[in-house]
Amino acid sequence: MPQQIQTVVGSGLPLLLDDIDTDRIIPARYLRCVTFDGLGEHAFEDDRKQMAGHPFDDPRFQGAEVMVVGRNFGCGSSREHAPQALVRWGIKAIVGESFAEIFFGNCTSNGVPLVCCTPDQLKQLAQALEHDPQGKVEVDLVGREVRFHGTSGNSLKFTCVIQDGARQSLTTGNWDFLGQLVEAADQVRETATKLPYMSNFAQPG
Amino acid sequence: MSTTGSQNLFNRVWDLHTVRTLPSGQTQLFIGQHLIHEVTSPQAFQMLRDRGLHVLFPERTLATVDHIIPTDNQARPFADGLAEEMMSAIERNCHEFGITLLDLADKRQGIVHVVGPEMGLTQPGITLACGDSHTSTHGAFGCIAFGIGTSQVADVLASQTMALGRPKVRRVGVNGKLRPGVYAKDVILHIIRKLGVEGGVGYAYEFAGEVFDRMTMEERMTVCNMSIEGGARCGYINPDQTTVDYLRGLPHSPKGEAFERAAKWWLSLASPANAQFDDRVELDGASIEPTVTWGINPAQSVGVSEKIPDSSKLPIGEQKGIREAMAFMEFHDNQPIKGTRIDVAFIGSCTNSRISDLREAAAVAKGRKVAPHVRALVVPGSQQVLAQAEAEGLHEIFRAAGFDWRAAGCSMCLAMNPDKLVGREVCASSSNRNFKGRQGSPTGRTLLMSPAMVAAAAITGAVADVRELLA
Repeated sequence: MPQQIQTVVGSGLPLLLDDIDTDRIIPARYLRCVTFDGLGEHAFEDDRKQMAGHPFDDPRFQGAEVMVVGRNFGCGSSREHAPQALVRWGIKAIVGESFAEIFFGNCTSNGVPLVCCTPDQLKQLAQALEHDPQGKVEVDLVGREVRFHGTSGNSLKFTCVIQDGARQSLTTGNWDFLGQLVEAADQVRETATKLPYMSNFAQPG
Repeated sequence: MSTTGSQNLFNRVWDLHTVRTLPSGQTQLFIGQHLIHEVTSPQAFQMLRDRGLHVLFPERTLATVDHIIPTDNQARPFADGLAEEMMSAIERNCHEFGITLLDLADKRQGIVHVVGPEMGLTQPGITLACGDSHTSTHGAFGCIAFGIGTSQVADVLASQTMALGRPKVRRVGVNGKLRPGVYAKDVILHIIRKLGVEGGVGYAYEFAGEVFDRMTMEERMTVCNMSIEGGARCGYINPDQTTVDYLRGLPHSPKGEAFERAAKWWLSLASPANAQFDDRVELDGASIEPTVTWGINPAQSVGVSEKIPDSSKLPIGEQKGIREAMAFMEFHDNQPIKGTRIDVAFIGSCTNSRISDLREAAAVAKGRKVAPHVRALVVPGSQQVLAQAEAEGLHEIFRAAGFDWRAAGCSMCLAMNPDKLVGREVCASSSNRNFKGRQGSPTGRTLLMSPAMVAAAAITGAVADVRELLA
């Protein structure tokens, strides 16, 4: 049984851009592999080369565990290499305006919660991190809140939106879907026999 | 579990495939057909090995190789050692777990989303999954097709099911008559332009209306292929007589009386006239122009006679992204897209590499020459498409015009094989993504368009209006 993930607390990293696709998170040339090992160092590789001071290279944000992103993060390719690269770089949770769905599912399958805040809240959070990179971001899945704890005692607190299914599976430690799905093999076979194409329409009716 | 009344096709098929509700509230959904390829499957097989699991329905998974396949020299071992390792891995995994693999020696090999429909594995009313976002292609048949990640590939291998929340359904209606020179690619680029790259998040798209009714199955595949680029979880078109006619006689289609039973069932699943939807959108097909992307996501497009937007006139919130795209692409406000010089022309990908795509491109290329500064290649979607094109002499037309004629694979759509852009090259491409770095050079630039428009750009050496060449 995987661990229950109820809160994630760690230093943050702001990357407030919209429509960041998974090709940018991990370029396709690094998908030529048969394991996910070693992907972390290539996260955002091309963006980092083209954008001086990319947050992934910024010394202030090294060791960050919570990313703060914009709208439609993780769009494009279904490659699970994208969340795998982020996790191997050190990311444990992502706060954004919205997420692409396949990316969302891939993160949940790997125990990485994605939660949504408003653009204004994200801007405040990103600004707080820019001013106080040592501050901690807390993602509270149970209380549906994102909190910022500044080093000088200042703080921010926002209500966030978490998809119910992901929240339920992460907080109760039920995000190992494989284990749950294989348990129901008998019911699966029963469903299959009711589908006419499973017998190639052999039976009249 | 009613499959009558006012339910739309998506919800009918979903209910028929529901195994149970999981503790998370998600549905455990049965998957009728699973397709795998070499890039997103090796880690999934390892997950099964790590837990001592087997494949529950091995005959319901088909493997092919497409992403890393060289399209010129295919001798083994491949020149790229990493590609060779992946090829060996899928051979080993399929052998060990009892899955049929279409390797390079198999005449049925090709891009996974071209091969499934060709073989008759993609059928109305089934659920289909593949570790590839363009799995939405298969929705053209009125099947519910999901692109999935590697953990879910493992889920489907071991249980023939996956955990999913039920999306809402939006009916995207396009009516009116398409004008000459406007193709299925233009229709879907137009839809994405209007609804945005995030517009479909939370939804399955039902594409309905006269424009889709009139389309061939290959055109419908082009439309559904890019549902994901509009953010939709999947996209589909209701099965009709066109669908039934296409499926008749394919290798995996039912035979004889069973086919008639199948056809009856397929047609019965279509959304009825009074079907309920969570949302509806209507677009005018007659107003669609040949469409070209100018930016770094597939919604950043214009009609070929239009100009790139004036960023200062857009809402403040959109300006940052638009300016990032313009800076990367080296376009400026109000610049016409027509006349943009290109360096490379690519005809291929799961969006536009089928025989009808090659015929349309060849009709433009016939008797003409690729501009001297343009590197042009045609990559058929499968060995069957390649053989058909050669039987029709299309390869001779392309070669005479100066195009390279290659072997089947994904090629320069995502450049995991040796076919790549170099440096800042600009590529007119019939593929599906214009993301930064997508075509193999981190700074390379992509302009998406229909295969006929790519041929027109290759000949002209710059973005051109294909209608002028067809006249």
